[in-house]
Amino acid sequence: MDLRKLCITKTDDQHCPVPNQLMHSSDGQGYSPSAPGSYSHQMPAKVPPHQSSGQFNYGSSQIASQLNNYQGPGQILSRVAPPSGSPVQQVGSAPQVLPPVPPNSAAGSSAGSFGAGPPGLSSWPYGQAPASHPAGSPTSHVAHMAGTAPTQPPSSLPGNTNPPGSYQFAASPGGPPLQNSYMKPAPAPRPVTQPLPPVHPPRPPLGPPPVSGPPLIRPSTLPAAAPPNSSVPQALLNSAASREGDAASTASDGSMVQNSYDAIEGGGLMATTHPSAATPNVNMSRNVGYSYPNLPPGYQNTSPPGAPGLQAPALQYPDGSKPFHQPPLGPNHLTASMGTLSLQQEGLRPVNLLQERNILPTTILQAPVPNLHEDIQKLNCNPELFRCTLTNIPQTQTLLNKAKLPLGLLLHPFKDLSQLPVVTSSTIVRCRSCRTYINPFVSFLDQRRWKCNLCYRVNDVPEEFMYNPVTRAYGEPHKRPEVQNATIEFMAPSEYMLRPPQPPVYLFVFDVSHNAIETGYLNTVCKTLLDNLDLLPGNTRTKIGFITFDSTIHFYSLQEGLSQPQMLIVSDIEDVFIPMPENLLVNLNENRELIQDLLKTLPQMFTKSLETQSALGPALQAAFKLMSPTGGRISVFQTQLPSLGMGALKSREEPNQRSTAKDIHLTPSTDFYKKLALDCSGQQVAVDLFLLSGQYSDLASLGCISRYSAGSVYYYQSYHHKHNPVQVEKLQKELKRYLTRKIGFEAVMRIRCTKGLSIHTFHGNFFVRSTDLLSLPNVNPDAGYAVQMAVEESLTDMQVVSFQSALLYTSSKGERRIRVHTMCLPVVATLSDVYSGADVQAITGLLANMAVDRSVSASLSDARDALVNAVIDSLSAYRASVLSVQQPGLMAPRSLRLFPLYVLALLKQKAFQTGTSARLDERIFTMCQVKNQPLVYLMLMMHPNLYRVDNLTDEGALNINDKTIPQPPILQLSVEKLSRDGAYLMDAGSVMFLWIGKNCGQNFISQVLGVPNYGSVPQNMTHLPELETAESIRTTTFIAWLREQRPFFPILYIVKDDSPLKSSFLQNMIEDRTESALSYYEFLLHIQQQVNK
Amino acid sequence: MPPRPAMPVFLLRQLAVGAEHLARTEENRCHLTIIAFDELKTDYKNPIDQCNTLNPLVLPEYLIHAFFCVMFLCAAEWLTLGLNMPLLAYHIWRYMSRPVMSGPGLYDPTTIMNADILAYCQKEGWCKLAFYLLSFFYYLYGMIYVLVSS
Repeated sequence: MDLRKLCITKTDDQHCPVPNQLMHSSDGQGYSPSAPGSYSHQMPAKVPPHQSSGQFNYGSSQIASQLNNYQGPGQILSRVAPPSGSPVQQVGSAPQVLPPVPPNSAAGSSAGSFGAGPPGLSSWPYGQAPASHPAGSPTSHVAHMAGTAPTQPPSSLPGNTNPPGSYQFAASPGGPPLQNSYMKPAPAPRPVTQPLPPVHPPRPPLGPPPVSGPPLIRPSTLPAAAPPNSSVPQALLNSAASREGDAASTASDGSMVQNSYDAIEGGGLMATTHPSAATPNVNMSRNVGYSYPNLPPGYQNTSPPGAPGLQAPALQYPDGSKPFHQPPLGPNHLTASMGTLSLQQEGLRPVNLLQERNILPTTILQAPVPNLHEDIQKLNCNPELFRCTLTNIPQTQTLLNKAKLPLGLLLHPFKDLSQLPVVTSSTIVRCRSCRTYINPFVSFLDQRRWKCNLCYRVNDVPEEFMYNPVTRAYGEPHKRPEVQNATIEFMAPSEYMLRPPQPPVYLFVFDVSHNAIETGYLNTVCKTLLDNLDLLPGNTRTKIGFITFDSTIHFYSLQEGLSQPQMLIVSDIEDVFIPMPENLLVNLNENRELIQDLLKTLPQMFTKSLETQSALGPALQAAFKLMSPTGGRISVFQTQLPSLGMGALKSREEPNQRSTAKDIHLTPSTDFYKKLALDCSGQQVAVDLFLLSGQYSDLASLGCISRYSAGSVYYYQSYHHKHNPVQVEKLQKELKRYLTRKIGFEAVMRIRCTKGLSIHTFHGNFFVRSTDLLSLPNVNPDAGYAVQMAVEESLTDMQVVSFQSALLYTSSKGERRIRVHTMCLPVVATLSDVYSGADVQAITGLLANMAVDRSVSASLSDARDALVNAVIDSLSAYRASVLSVQQPGLMAPRSLRLFPLYVLALLKQKAFQTGTSARLDERIFTMCQVKNQPLVYLMLMMHPNLYRVDNLTDEGALNINDKTIPQPPILQLSVEKLSRDGAYLMDAGSVMFLWIGKNCGQNFISQVLGVPNYGSVPQNMTHLPELETAESIRTTTFIAWLREQRPFFPILYIVKDDSPLKSSFLQNMIEDRTESALSYYEFLLHIQQQVNK
Repeated sequence: MPPRPAMPVFLLRQLAVGAEHLARTEENRCHLTIIAFDELKTDYKNPIDQCNTLNPLVLPEYLIHAFFCVMFLCAAEWLTLGLNMPLLAYHIWRYMSRPVMSGPGLYDPTTIMNADILAYCQKEGWCKLAFYLLSFFYYLYGMIYVLVSS
């Protein structure tokens, strides 16, 4: 992986929050731009001379620990600016000024009473807060209060005092975090201090060029709307008072801890002035009246009552903004692009599905490109990482409802990337009200201010952001990597940590009952682990431990100095305790030999075991207890139904009822595993489950342990080392990937979206911590997530909306990092545009997720009906409201032409099919995969790709690493496409079938399969021999290439006409009729009938 | 229609006073529920904590309400009983169809953040608050009516 790292370090010692000083104790080296004197002329108050001499450090390819950047002699700048430095030139532009003594001390003392105080304080003098936020402004304005006539009507006093009083009701039960009180006065002064809100549109216009205008004009039209100067002292008093009250309530309900945790990513208590938790508090107070009950947190500051607040910052910048001509940058062309909304005519052209026979494209379907100006689209997020079901966002919920298509996002946030810019900076630039990270789609009003694209708040550009480390130029904030890349990773400073980054901790829990030993899995696992011990992601702090269990629990002491590992048996499974906790999880590097010893002896230790019981529940409890001080990853290997202790399960599968869609047990039978998973999640422990089982093991219940702790589930049906050798290879390969892949610890992911949109439901493996925050104890590169969205407010006056996902995690090297993806999409007003921008793969993926939920909460048949109805509804809505001329046949927009096919594929997929002998565990495993797989793999599992491989040529082949990979066309999944004299490869994601026709060319059979004739192809062939023939090389490289692209290992089955696997192969022929499901054509007729009703 | 004065005054008064108290308790719980869900929506509290506070309150509310209905039955207050029967039935249905849980309660922290469920729970809270409030005044009226007319 080639990580491009940019490091920008600014000398900022004096005002760093306390933890910061540890990291920044001395910093600043390398590049040191001259003090920008010219700017201080233009923006006198914002760049006081003594601040502008920040030192920058830029390393274009630093791979070493980022802490290095902080080394070296640093220049310590005193930020205690004398009050005299303030209103030198203009009245309204003194935000940088340090607060005069009284308010400052008040703030200081109160800030000291809670943990997050210092950061807020520290950034005050920075001026961001005061400049653009009335709430933060008190202190700074006091400075020039004397200079300006107090324009404030005295009525601002009641304005300030009233709200807290009237909102008390809301504040008391919740025990809002203390910091909120800073914000409290914020909403209050607005109505008073800005007497003219109705004059202005409730929301600022989006198109950046027009936007840059208003601030210039407004000051003149609104002379009286100056900052709430005179209200300052009261506001401050107020906030101090309410802070006290809050402190009491917080202490009483003890919610402080969670709040601060939440705030770490989303809130970012520190690095910036206002704790994010402040914003929810504002919401809270407003929500009491339930006038805006559904607004997502963080966005309310700019909702209509807050709208004047948007203008307030603008007012304060009359002078600073004048001299600037806005530099041309991406989003500026937005308006231009909107003008050329040419509606993708091709995407709109209706297709008669009944007539179009060959509807499947012969190459892999690409995601539709959002209809944005190419300059913006160029910056947009890669659709593999971030994808929306509708690339044209409907303006209103009504329009969305009319379209009958689901709106949602599909994410693959932690995907392995070959190119990922990494930024190291002491301050991460984020919107002060909604905490959005700066991204390519923000607009720069001028060089000093940027406007958030999610909440439309105007923010300051911090001083150090003015320097662009890539071009080494000053004054180009819009060319910084943060603004040029939709996917970027930040090195998070210590403010983003609740505790020091945890070491990588891996605990392996093995089932060693008789049944488990019989399968022989332990041998494979221990060997793979032994081979990959050096490749485990980690550093010198990596810890590892082992637990085995049957009816008792065995711990392994790996204490230094022991000649061999010591086994400790705990037989009290009712009340599990940890014997000598300090030696059970040991440092991998220091105790490598003992660990290797243990892994070598472990498979032999239990060969004579006759114990058939399995105490999985107590073993998990023990593992949790062992891990909870640090957090980390537990890998559980289980081979049967747990039968002892807590979490014991009973068999619920009734083989006779498999075929009926009713009464199958998709819901867990106990909440033990769910509760344990939630405990694990709270302690940053993730549990990955490897289920290697021949008989029913109630995955529906067991799977909960991984689902809510953000783990993953692996299922190897009927694993046996002798009887099922392909499974052994699969386990080996997948375990290798599992052990060596990147891993992120103690992660949280927050998804933000433009005000007006809101998150409805999340899909995936995690615990939902709040409306937009997912708790992910571990995050791995192979996990995908889906989010359902709703349009809550009309987006009429917006041309684009943005979505941002921010994943905060601790890397295996112990660094705290934030990976941010931002996607920008156009908003449309007509139904035909919505249809033309539909992304059929994403829609299918989201529907699959929703269907899994539905089958668990209601029933499988309900879910199937819902899937079919989704097609019928959307196509009839299209027919009714878009098509002007009613044509016969089944018309679909071009973008949705594959929709019925994919939904039919879903219905025939193991998770949702009926009438077959799908085992319950298998079905549930497929459902787990639907929930947890990224869209690419999910699509393959639903709708396999079929290639003809007996006539591969190098025509159109790819060339990767000197290997020529043929690219045969994709065929439709229908038996009529199969010819008896060909060989076909079906790639169904986790499994591959190579079907050999009866009259297949002799050439292929001998050159590729290495056997003389069709009859001598062995029955259970699962490998292609490596032959030196051109055909063989082509086929094997092609298969190897397909396998390489995914994190799991698909087994290749070679299928002949008479082989038992033929039925599984034919079941994947989605367009054909099976005994219980319709063929594609019949399905279309059924839909047509319903649509034309 | 107020409770019939033919009832033994003593019993009625007891009943009405008790009912008032209980109605207030239930109102409080509904109130708490609404506030709690609002907190969840506005990102205040961890859903686990929130469910842990709310779940122990569910059964008491249902039991109090059931007890109520029994008292009305004893007092032969058919109209009042009739008004309360739908809610009783709803409670029984709601508790029967609760998610798989080992403890008492209704709310599952893993699903509560789902927008549909959150909205449903909130709406349920509002409706029940309104119902309990109205019935509280109705009981009060009944009590006063009986006191005055006896």
